[in-house]
Parts: sequence; structure tokens; C-alpha cells
Amino acid sequence: MPTIPPPKLGDLRTSPKRARRERLVRTVLFGAALVSVLISAAIVISLVTQAWEFIVTVDWSAVWSTGWFPRNNIFDIKTLLISSLIVTAIAMAVAAPLGVGAAIYLSEYASRRARAILKPALEVLAGIPSVVLGFFALMWVSPNVVQNLFSSANRGNLMAAGIGVGVLTIPLVASISEDAMKSVPNTLREAATGLGARKVTISIRVVLPAAVSGLAAAFIVAISRALGETMVVFLAGGAGDTALYTHNPTDGGLTMTAAMASLASGTDNVVGAGLAFPSLYFVGLVLFMLTFGLNIIAARFVRRFREAY
Amino acid sequence: MALSTLSSAGKAGNSVDSQTLSGTMDWRGMLFRVLLLSSLVLTLLIIVVLLVDVVSDGSGVLTGRLSDFLHGTLRSRSSDEKLGLFQGLRGSVWIAIFVIGLAFPIGIGAAIYLEEYASANRLTHFIELNIRNLAGVPSVVYGLLGLTLFLNLFKRFTQGDTLVSAGITLAILVLPVVIITSSEAIRAVPNALREGGYGVGATQWEVIRFHVLPYAAPGILTGTLLSLSRAIGEAAPLILIGAITGRLGSSPGLADVGALREKFTALPIVITSWVQKSNGAQDDGVEGMGFAAHAAAAIVVLLVFVLLLNSVAIYLRNRFEKQRG
Repeated sequence: MPTIPPPKLGDLRTSPKRARRERLVRTVLFGAALVSVLISAAIVISLVTQAWEFIVTVDWSAVWSTGWFPRNNIFDIKTLLISSLIVTAIAMAVAAPLGVGAAIYLSEYASRRARAILKPALEVLAGIPSVVLGFFALMWVSPNVVQNLFSSANRGNLMAAGIGVGVLTIPLVASISEDAMKSVPNTLREAATGLGARKVTISIRVVLPAAVSGLAAAFIVAISRALGETMVVFLAGGAGDTALYTHNPTDGGLTMTAAMASLASGTDNVVGAGLAFPSLYFVGLVLFMLTFGLNIIAARFVRRFREAY
Repeated sequence: MALSTLSSAGKAGNSVDSQTLSGTMDWRGMLFRVLLLSSLVLTLLIIVVLLVDVVSDGSGVLTGRLSDFLHGTLRSRSSDEKLGLFQGLRGSVWIAIFVIGLAFPIGIGAAIYLEEYASANRLTHFIELNIRNLAGVPSVVYGLLGLTLFLNLFKRFTQGDTLVSAGITLAILVLPVVIITSSEAIRAVPNALREGGYGVGATQWEVIRFHVLPYAAPGILTGTLLSLSRAIGEAAPLILIGAITGRLGSSPGLADVGALREKFTALPIVITSWVQKSNGAQDDGVEGMGFAAHAAAAIVVLLVFVLLLNSVAIYLRNRFEKQRG
């Protein structure tokens, strides 16, 4: 019997060509992962440098005055902030009850068959582009709902825009809250059933409190989304590229996002118009910091309900 | 699994109810159930009203002059018989090509790195956190980024407000979504598959290429289709990068898209500009054929694309979820 020599270590090593390909693939994929870091850095740097130009040159009495007239060097940020808050508040008044109601039904009540139809239907709503909701808010919600209730309302108004944004965020609220409620362990429900609790009691007194951090996350994410929503407010908010301070939701108004969009789409050449161009970045920076802060808080809440169960 | 134990627990509860509480109605429970159901029904009703409103507003244009409408261009008056959305369609198709060509490979590549190669160190954690935060950045802010990068810094390369700038900006916008959904799909691949691959002597890349990716493909496809539909429907960043010369906002009739290096428009931008012109002095079309009607008709065209992409994505996901339990 011929003896087979034991393999040398070199024989088990992969061919140099294969090893080189492995290293190359790894490097390329690492580069792809780094692109996202580059993008974040670019966003922060471009916002901060341009906004800084605005911050150091602007006359600060113009940042706290009577309205938003960027081409006349009047940049009242509270006009934009209040409008953004009004739109967000109305949006949440629409999205929170409808979204959470839908989520409780889907998580606690719906049969498997009902879920199979209702969930995709909600996802269809989630996929509708915001321009479409802007059109709907201006052409249908404003005349049929808002102007019906308040005859003095402007054609485009903050309330119609808020309702439009609210409809847009319903699926977001519903899907995050449903996730939270589904991650509540069944043993809690079974224990409550064993004690003789009814389905309503279980839903309201057991599942909702157990899922409360998830619900909080859903609301915060929705608020952040509503603050950043542009097209609905741009189309249905009812102001041109300027706005006087208002806190009346039936008036037309400019939110932070709508102010940015209308400033950029104005007929004038923004580059040449004094501080108008850097003011775009100033508003962008304020918006970015607000949504960033909210998203970080929401992530905390999500982690809490993930850890609990 | 969880669902079946839940429903059986529910059934047991009901039968106990019917024996011990016979004769008393659970009014509170009924009311609660009705409330919940009505919140769902109201939500669905809004979708129906929206679709009916858009289709009925746009039906005049869609039935009356569909071919002219699809071949026409942006005009300043709604009575112009050459008014149509051809330029918008072309712009949106190019944007889709950029998203497919840039965001898909980079996003899927990043997801593969993060799930398969990266060790659980600080850098990886930072990249993952960073991607999650990017996904929450409002889309207008991406418009500002595009404005800085492609209209100022790299103007020589992109030629300012061109389709190249628009395409890259929207590819950047959807990149985090592509990474997150692809990561989820790759994470769901069972480890036994990888171990089997290593067991027969495959290298790491070979395991990924021939075992992990084919298994994760439906999930990745679902995520990429959803992000593509998001990019096609997105308007806010385009307004910011397209309008810096005031060209789209005031005179979109000039926005002739001949090539990548020229001024651009896209379907959602066409809709936006028509909605803004409705109720204006230039809106002199026949009743039911004005700018508002044209905007509604353009929305129907946009929704056909977007909803088609979404329903294919949702269908694919549900089918594979069912198959793999």
C-alpha cells in the first residue's frame, strides 16, 4: 500500500487569486458602507457653514419681527415655527387616534383574514406620494371640510395642510404602534383572561400600558415626520413665498419646509438676493436639529420596549 | 404561531363569557370594537375618497386628450393644446435609472458589509446609528445637500440644475432605506446556510454570492422596489435643486429635457406647478380641462407607477413570508 503523504499547510491555503478577490470584495463593500457616513458629514457641513454665514451677518431684530419676507431681509423664524407647530398639532390630532385605533384593531381583534386585507391597504396609503396628498388637501379637504366649517377660511390654509399631513402619517403611527403591541408577550393576555378580564379590559388595561413606550416612539416619529413634510404644506398651506405672523389655522401660512420650497422656487435668482440664500440653510439647520433630536428620543423609546420583552 | 395561540385564547374567553354572562350584553366591549373598526374604516375611506376625487377630476383630460396629454409639454396656459407631461415622464424615468444604478448597488453593498463582514466594534455601531439617523432626515434637507454639492461645489461635473444632479440627490435620499431593508433581508438568512457553504470549502464571498444573496433576494427586491417608488414620488428636494435659477417655478415651458446635461423636470414637479397655477389668470382652459384637471390626470399617471411598484413589492414580501413561515 502506497502511503499518502500528510498534506502540507500550503496545500490547504486558498489560491492567491481567490484570496486577492476576497480582499478586494471586502474593501469595496466597506467603501459602500462608508458612503453613508460621508453623506451625513456632507449634510452637517453644508448646513452649518451656510447657516453660519447667515447667523453672523443677519441683523437679529429681523429674525424676531413680524413675518417671513426673506427677499426684504425680514426673517421672522417664529412665523415659520408657529405654522409648523400648528400643522404638526393638527396632523397628530388626525393621525394619533386613527393610527392607534387601527393598530389596536389589527393587533388584538382582527382575524388572520381581515389582517391580510387591511394591512396591505394601509401600506397602499403609506406609498401615496406627498404631492398627491397636497393636491387632495387643497382641492378636496379645504373646500369640503375646512371652508364648510369656517366660511372665512382661505383657499389654502394651515388646517387643510395639517389634515393632509395627518393622513400621510396614519400608516406610520399604525405600523409602529402595532409592532409595539404585538411584542407584548401573550402570557400577559392569557393571565388577564384567566382572571376573567374581557377583551376591552385586556386591550386598554394590559396591552396598551405594556406597549406605552412603543406608542410614545410612534408619536414622536410621526411628529418628526410631520415637521419635515414639505409638499402637502407647500401646496395646501396657502401662502406664497412670504407670510405675516399668524396663529389662526384657517389662514394661509408658511411652515419651515414650505418656506424653503417657495424660496427656492421663486422667480428671482436666489443666489443674488442678499441673505435669502443662506437663510434657506438657516431654516434647514433649525429643521434638521429639531427632527434629529426627536428621532434620537424616539430611538430611546424603541430600545426600551425591545429590552422589556 | 403567536397568532394561533392568541385566537384560541380569545375563543376560550368567549365561551366562558357566554356561559357566565348569558343575558348581559358587553356594551363597553361592543362600543370599543366599533370605535376601533371605525378608525380603520375612516382611514380606508379617506384613501377611497382621495382616489375617487383624483380620478374624477382627471377623467376629462384622461379620456378627452390622453395621447396629446402624454406627448405634450409644459405650457404656460391651460388652454394650450400642446399641454402635457412628456418631459415629466422622461425626467422621472431618468431619476429611476439613477436610483437603480447608484442607490441599489451602494445600498446593497453597504448592507452586505454591515451584516456579513463587519465585526461588532465601535465603527460598525457608529455606521449603523448614522444610517438610522439619515433615514429620518426630512427630504427638503437632502435638497439643500444637493444644492450645495451639485449646484455649487461640483458644478463643473453636473452642470448645475440638471438631471444628473436630480438623479444623484434622490439616489442619496433613498440610500438609507435601501441599506436598512436589505440588511433586514440578509439578517433573516439562516446561519445553517452559511455554515453549509463554509463546510464545502467556499470562501466568505462565495458563501455570500451563492448562498446568502439568492436566499435574501426577494426581501432585498421588496425594499428596493419600495425605495424606487419613494424616489419617483418625491418632489421637495427637486424643487430645491431645480429652482435655483428660477426656471422651474416660473417658466417650466422652457424646461426642455433633451439630455442629462440640461434643465429637468419630473412627474411630481409637473403636478406641483400645475396645482400652483390652478385658480390663476393663466388657467383659461375649458371647464374641467384646466390646470387642476391636468394636475389630477398627472397624479393618476404617477399613482399608476407608484402603486404598481408598491403592490408588487408587498405581494412579493407576503408570498415569501408565507413560504418560509
